Amino acid sequence: MMTIEQVRKLKSLIALAFCTLAAFFGLFWLIFILGDVLIHGIGALNPSLFTNDPVPPGIEGGGLRNAFVGHLIITSFATLIGVPVGVLGGTFLAEYARGRKIARVISVLSDIMVSVPSIVIGTFIYAVLVKPVGHFSGWAGAVALAIIMIPVVLRTTEDMLSLVPWTLREAAFALGAPYYKVIIHVVYRAAAAGILTGILLSIARVVGETAPLLFTSFNNSFFSANMNGPVSSLTVTIFQYAMGPYSSWHSQAWAASLMITVFILVLTVLGRFILRWRYGKRPTI
Amino acid sequence: MNDNIKIEVRRLNFYYSGALHVLKDISFSMYKNTVTALIGPSGCGKTTFLRCLNRMHDLYPGNRYEGEIWMDDDNILDNDIDHIGLRSKVGMVFQKPTPFPMSIFENIAFGLKLMGIKKKTEIAERVERALKDAALWEETADILNKFALSLSGGQQQRLCIARAIAVEPEVILMDEPCSALDPIATAKIEDLITELTKRYTVIIVTHNMQQAARVSEYTGFFMMGKLIEFDTTQKIFTAPSDKMTEDYITGRFG
Repeated sequence: MMTIEQVRKLKSLIALAFCTLAAFFGLFWLIFILGDVLIHGIGALNPSLFTNDPVPPGIEGGGLRNAFVGHLIITSFATLIGVPVGVLGGTFLAEYARGRKIARVISVLSDIMVSVPSIVIGTFIYAVLVKPVGHFSGWAGAVALAIIMIPVVLRTTEDMLSLVPWTLREAAFALGAPYYKVIIHVVYRAAAAGILTGILLSIARVVGETAPLLFTSFNNSFFSANMNGPVSSLTVTIFQYAMGPYSSWHSQAWAASLMITVFILVLTVLGRFILRWRYGKRPTI
Repeated sequence: MNDNIKIEVRRLNFYYSGALHVLKDISFSMYKNTVTALIGPSGCGKTTFLRCLNRMHDLYPGNRYEGEIWMDDDNILDNDIDHIGLRSKVGMVFQKPTPFPMSIFENIAFGLKLMGIKKKTEIAERVERALKDAALWEETADILNKFALSLSGGQQQRLCIARAIAVEPEVILMDEPCSALDPIATAKIEDLITELTKRYTVIIVTHNMQQAARVSEYTGFFMMGKLIEFDTTQKIFTAPSDKMTEDYITGRFG
């Protein structure tokens, strides 16, 4: 017969065992996926991947220059649209609409927007910017990504501005500063690291998106920087190449996957590093 | 108005949003180039009163004033008074040091740029003068481009005073400016306050009665939102006419 303490210890041991197993189960697949991408990707990396455009199917060689450049252009325009809207929106919520009902409503809606499946946004932009125009376009892709970025940047900006103590604003007001100067010169500076981190993480969030681009910027086998027509992107190319029958396509898809993963990793680590350097603690984002 | 009076308060009542009646029927005057200390137990309304003088309460919705506060020839409680203009005439130093997240130099230049001063040489000159006036120049002359938050608490508070006087206000409000500081830093700031009265009218809220006795010429004793007694500091601390004042300054309560 076990004493009550022994029973407790046994229960604790069982619970611990299950927790550990669950953790390792999750970790196993994570390492499996990352390891697989790393092994296959590194083998397929070569300079021509970045310098050459695709060649017709079945012919060896060629690269993904068009997809790299296209992805960069689409993401850059998405950032140019999404970041200003997100930062200004977050500023409105945290400063001008502070404590008002509209701020709460927009905040909650943004939280919902963050978790809306990206394919929904893709089809929405398809209906608004692709169907009426009659063809796929880089702009539609950039707008779709921007819409995914906006709620992320907006909520981070709002949170980071709310963390700036009110006494700091009061000190600036007490010098006779108008509100917009208080925000630009004092509040933004105090929250700069946090906002920058939010921006980096939002870029990391959209750079790996496929679904919103599939319906909007589609794909292009040729090099094109024309945002009014279909523009190639890495994620859609990976989707297409992975489904294709050629082994050269497969290895290029692996290489592209690796490059995107590394890019996201760098952005995320950079974002966390800035937060820790500035706030001296682990970020909660 | 008496020429020596800088601010005259007439029957001031103040309500926080939600109709909380915090200041009740306050009337008294503050004199030019003097230090007026406001003392009283916590929650008596002295800080609330101080923040009426630069309309700080207007930053938050729902607060309401009644009565008049005359500064020179303007009633600063008038609806059409320009808050920004008022605040550039009435500087404020807060309880905790509030350096802006920028360099020491930029902290002071911020207010100067708000005034519309653009010439770099003039800004540099006035930053130096403000730091000298705040007795901070010797410690910071070589580190003007350092982040202001790297200064010690006492230095940060003197930086905030420098920032307030750089824009040459007429009145300086101080809300327990030494409560977060050690005795040595406190002594420096008190010396500074005495020095400041040569050019400014200073109104200081303090919990420290010795401090009020040391730095001020006039003292007002607040309790439960009322001004119980206002007189010269000497009179208040040696022969108060009100029993409550006497009880408070002799430490019988509060």
